[in-house]
Amino acid sequence: MKSIEYARQTDYNPFYPELMRIVRRYNLTDDVRLFQVRPLDAKKSSIDYRPGQFMMVTVMGVGEAPFSISSSPSRPGLFEFCIRKVGSITEALFRLKENSTIGVRGPYGNGFPVEKMVGHDLIFVVGGLGAAPLRSLLLYVLDNREMFGKVHFLHGAKKPSEMLFREEFFSMCEREDLACHLSVDADDTGKWPAKIGLVTSLFEQVKDVNPENTYAVVCGPPAMYKFVIAELLKLNISKQQILMTLERRMRCGMGKCGHCAIDYIYACLDGPVFSYWDVLHMRELI
Amino acid sequence: MSLDAARTIIPPKVFFHPTNFNMFKFGEHGFMEDFSGIAPRIVFGLHACDIHGLLILDKFFSREYQDPYWLARRENTIVVGHSCVPDEKCFCLSTRTHIVEEGFDLFLSDLGDFYLMWIGSNKGDDLFRLKPELFEEKLGLKHIQKFIEREKWRESQFKLEIPFTALADLMELKYNDKLWEDVALACLSCGSCSMVCPTCNCYNISDHFYVHNDEGERRRFWDSCMFKDYSLVAGGHNFRGKRSERLKLWYTHKLQAYISAFGKYACVGCGRCILTCPVDINVETVTQSLRGEPVDCFWKRLASKKEE
Repeated sequence: MKSIEYARQTDYNPFYPELMRIVRRYNLTDDVRLFQVRPLDAKKSSIDYRPGQFMMVTVMGVGEAPFSISSSPSRPGLFEFCIRKVGSITEALFRLKENSTIGVRGPYGNGFPVEKMVGHDLIFVVGGLGAAPLRSLLLYVLDNREMFGKVHFLHGAKKPSEMLFREEFFSMCEREDLACHLSVDADDTGKWPAKIGLVTSLFEQVKDVNPENTYAVVCGPPAMYKFVIAELLKLNISKQQILMTLERRMRCGMGKCGHCAIDYIYACLDGPVFSYWDVLHMRELI
Repeated sequence: MSLDAARTIIPPKVFFHPTNFNMFKFGEHGFMEDFSGIAPRIVFGLHACDIHGLLILDKFFSREYQDPYWLARRENTIVVGHSCVPDEKCFCLSTRTHIVEEGFDLFLSDLGDFYLMWIGSNKGDDLFRLKPELFEEKLGLKHIQKFIEREKWRESQFKLEIPFTALADLMELKYNDKLWEDVALACLSCGSCSMVCPTCNCYNISDHFYVHNDEGERRRFWDSCMFKDYSLVAGGHNFRGKRSERLKLWYTHKLQAYISAFGKYACVGCGRCILTCPVDINVETVTQSLRGEPVDCFWKRLASKKEE
């Protein structure tokens, strides 16, 4: 019974999570926490991934859920997940202390087409928790700065206390090789040093765009897409060069469980990064 | 054993993709294999349509990331097919799945006085070599003729025909049709159609601790896209909160999406959805409606009643 032996070699079973240790965790906001994890088996710390890919995180006894990777492959060793407390698995994750072990498998999904984006100008449009997947690409671009053209980073949060990676993004505003624009919808503290308004209001600061040579990358709450895409189309950016990363229910990450099916594709295999053209072409994407 | 039964209620996918099984154990020391549920066995009497169902799921489970659970059960099972006679709900002639050339180890065609046996795999050949004295040595012209006669007779026995021509295009053209609201009005979201469909593969997972609380297991169990929480994500957003959207997904997958992915319809014409759905939502009535033909069934009557 050869195949049982074949299946017994754990390396061949794509369903086994890899044990990882929570090295550090800290709150980004009241309900969002950054988890830095490292594989117990040092040999596995070289797991390669692309910006925009996701992993399946297991809390033993509670379950498994997909999370996008917030760290960049250009900074290997640690995986970072930016997680909001919204369900049973995330609540269990929040109860775990540093040095606890979790199960992680992946990476899954297509990720951003970084090779195609090389040499292009980039416009990042981030809303709220959309920072989690886009931070991976942003760090990747900044670590390979000479490979890309002009970079615009537009970031919108609901209010100052809900902004993720606050210090990190504010210190980016000081960089000269990056046009970083931050906004909040409403400032309840009276101390917000940057723009007050929706993320779309930041587009007035995006000037001299060469649409043919520009990729736009968008991630945020579902309500944001319509307005942001309208702004990007005003800039004449090609529909194929407007990229977005989308959310779906996923139970396997490998195109088997069926939950992320959209038309003839599976968001976990063919996504989660789609172009606006895909969205127009395939119903139900957003 | 009844050899002339038309179909089982649950398709044989259940032997390879069980309703609920243990994927692996976990505990303090991590994750541990558990293939205890997989044992060598023979599944006897599968009909051509069901073997086609297995072939579709073979393709599905072995593409990209291979599913070791499906493959190990498939590898450890000898499939012996058996010929059948269609009843009034069978339409495998329309889906061209009334005959099967692969996917089995042995296939027995009942020709009245004798059986014609197809050997479909190396394992099947080994099985045959265990008792060669059971078989006649020479296959003669008269045997072949008898087989052809029987197949002709069998093809004449089909009472239900569902034209599959251009169905994928019709699905596209009728995406926003009222049909979907009509079926959604009657649909009970019970998921029976997914349970009995030989090509439905969706599953969910859940973790369970054992009573002694230091070990547990991850279980994998059947799910259906008809269930309301199928596309629900954390935070409460449901990508398919409406019944019509979920029904559309089911039919898109069977009649349209699989053609892009695998080059054929994911319907094998077994007729189980026709027999099972309590409100008559099935491939027969939905395709009739897609083609614009008059439909007389429960969901249609309910929809017309509502309009009045």
